[in-house]
Amino acid sequence: MPSTALQKPLLALLLVAAIAFPVIAANDYYIYVMSLAYIMAIAAVGLNLILGYTGQLNLAHAGFMAIGAYTVGILTVDYGVPYWIAFVIAGFLSAFIGVFAGLLSLRLKGHFFSIFTLCVGFIIYLIIEKWDALTHGTVGIIDIPAPTGIGPLRFDHTWSQYYLVLFFLVASLWLMSRIVHSLLGRAFVAIRNSEDLAETLGISLMRTKVLAFVLSTFYAGMAGALYAGFVRFIGPGMALESHTFDMIAFILVGGIGTLFGPLLGAILLTWLTQSLQFLQDYRMIIFGPLLILLVMYFPQGLIGYYRERQIKRAAASVQDRRLQRAVLGSGQEARTNA
Amino acid sequence: MNIFFQQLLNGLTLGSVYALVALGLTLVYGILHIPNFAHGALYMVGAYAAFYFVGTLGANYWVAMIGAAAVVALLAVLSDRLIFHRLKDAPPLHDMIAAIGLLLFLEACIQATWGAEFHRLAPPYPQIVRVFDLVAPAQRLIIIAAAFGLMLVLHLFLTRTLVGSTIIAMAQNREGASLVGIDATKVSILTFAISGALAAVAATLFSPINLIYPSMGHLVIMKAFVIIILGGMGSIPGAIVGGLVIGFAESFGAFYVSTNYKDIIAFALLVLILSLRPQGLFPSGAR
Repeated sequence: MPSTALQKPLLALLLVAAIAFPVIAANDYYIYVMSLAYIMAIAAVGLNLILGYTGQLNLAHAGFMAIGAYTVGILTVDYGVPYWIAFVIAGFLSAFIGVFAGLLSLRLKGHFFSIFTLCVGFIIYLIIEKWDALTHGTVGIIDIPAPTGIGPLRFDHTWSQYYLVLFFLVASLWLMSRIVHSLLGRAFVAIRNSEDLAETLGISLMRTKVLAFVLSTFYAGMAGALYAGFVRFIGPGMALESHTFDMIAFILVGGIGTLFGPLLGAILLTWLTQSLQFLQDYRMIIFGPLLILLVMYFPQGLIGYYRERQIKRAAASVQDRRLQRAVLGSGQEARTNA
Repeated sequence: MNIFFQQLLNGLTLGSVYALVALGLTLVYGILHIPNFAHGALYMVGAYAAFYFVGTLGANYWVAMIGAAAVVALLAVLSDRLIFHRLKDAPPLHDMIAAIGLLLFLEACIQATWGAEFHRLAPPYPQIVRVFDLVAPAQRLIIIAAAFGLMLVLHLFLTRTLVGSTIIAMAQNREGASLVGIDATKVSILTFAISGALAAVAATLFSPINLIYPSMGHLVIMKAFVIIILGGMGSIPGAIVGGLVIGFAESFGAFYVSTNYKDIIAFALLVLILSLRPQGLFPSGAR
């Protein structure tokens, strides 16, 4: 929803906090974890567009992130392409493959779409794992170069990379807010709420849904490209659906269909898993039930909950005023009658 | 001829395992109208339960199979009562997310207990059966015989008994079934129990010639989805025929095309078919 005058200072405060974070944390490890959370947030923001705003559960999202990461990995390591050129290609290649995947999969509705994308994700995983000559197979790609400097800017240590990632996070959030507040964004939400109604309003279902899908895969590709340059090691496992599920968890915790929900969820859950480090591989013992409980009792997420309360409060105050007016009115009426 | 026969046998083995898993999935779909993504985890838990009964408790193979079926049936019923039943009024998205949450939870639990490494169920019947110049491992023949026996029993149960026909009735028309006095809760418990037991039996049958590991359910469940989309969601004969089609496609594809990419065949088939016919091969009346 449009950022009101009240929300603007809050956003500025958040941005200042994010910029000051490396200085306050003063610990390379914390900065590293935070950057990773931002990268996952970019991917989750993209997934939220198709899942939260358009209402389609795409289970191949991690696959598209892997396509972005592998594009950077293969181009920079095997073909010596400069990082930034590979970076741009990664986003567009993911989106390009997204066009075809979207055209095929969005002909299906509801859970058929989910099953289909689950299979698409698995095909991506299998291709990455089996096509040794191109993707290095199960070994993965190691020693991916860090992003090269732009002008006077260098990205060779953790905190300068943190700012790079932060820049892309802010840019992608800004772009997403432009998208969801535009007429197109309203079309996405209309489709989520009722496909029949949206069609009646003259929204072209297929074109709009494919557009949402392609935009979300573009986000996934960019996030993957950043991930490759930041972590500098990638393996086929990143295309697996458990990875998509991490992102769904971020979105659900933060608030599905809200702009900042995926970011909030990514930061909260990343720090939760980091503080439960011994649980790294077993995080799903906590995440799994957490998600089930969330969809059962708290499906709107943190930001959704906050917004619901705000709306309720606004409604209550309107009601109050109406009540007051009614009481006053009846008082006056009584007086005139007397 | 011999090689061809070998592939035929492989295809039949794979197909009957897939069909058992897909049958459970399609039955639950008839009740829930939701793809139960957790079904693959039930299959995996079934394999581990059998592995535990045979390996640690030293149980007989068939006893272990019954034990695994009981454990998984209970787990499936619990998942229905605790999760899916409570979500029946929620949007379908929530059921799907809850199902995936359950899948990953079960997988993580198994991995925490048994580790990520591969296990193997000792083959109870390592013999080789020889008929003229055709050879077949006994386990494969057992898989085929047991799977088809079970399918026959299930078919008779669903069509010839009153309790079985309540399941069919519920799948065909929920309101209508309630109107004639069928208890939805009972039917749903029964359906989940059957689907869990089928998954466990399939896993126990297949484990002696395959490996046991936490993510073993992924491929199987995805293929089961492909099968029930091919065969029509909720259709029982469709699940069996679809299972055999995928089984044969894989065994012949692995032999005549490439072993490396045999797992892609099922998905490529799905992508191809759904691209041409988005409503599936045999669209069911329900959807």
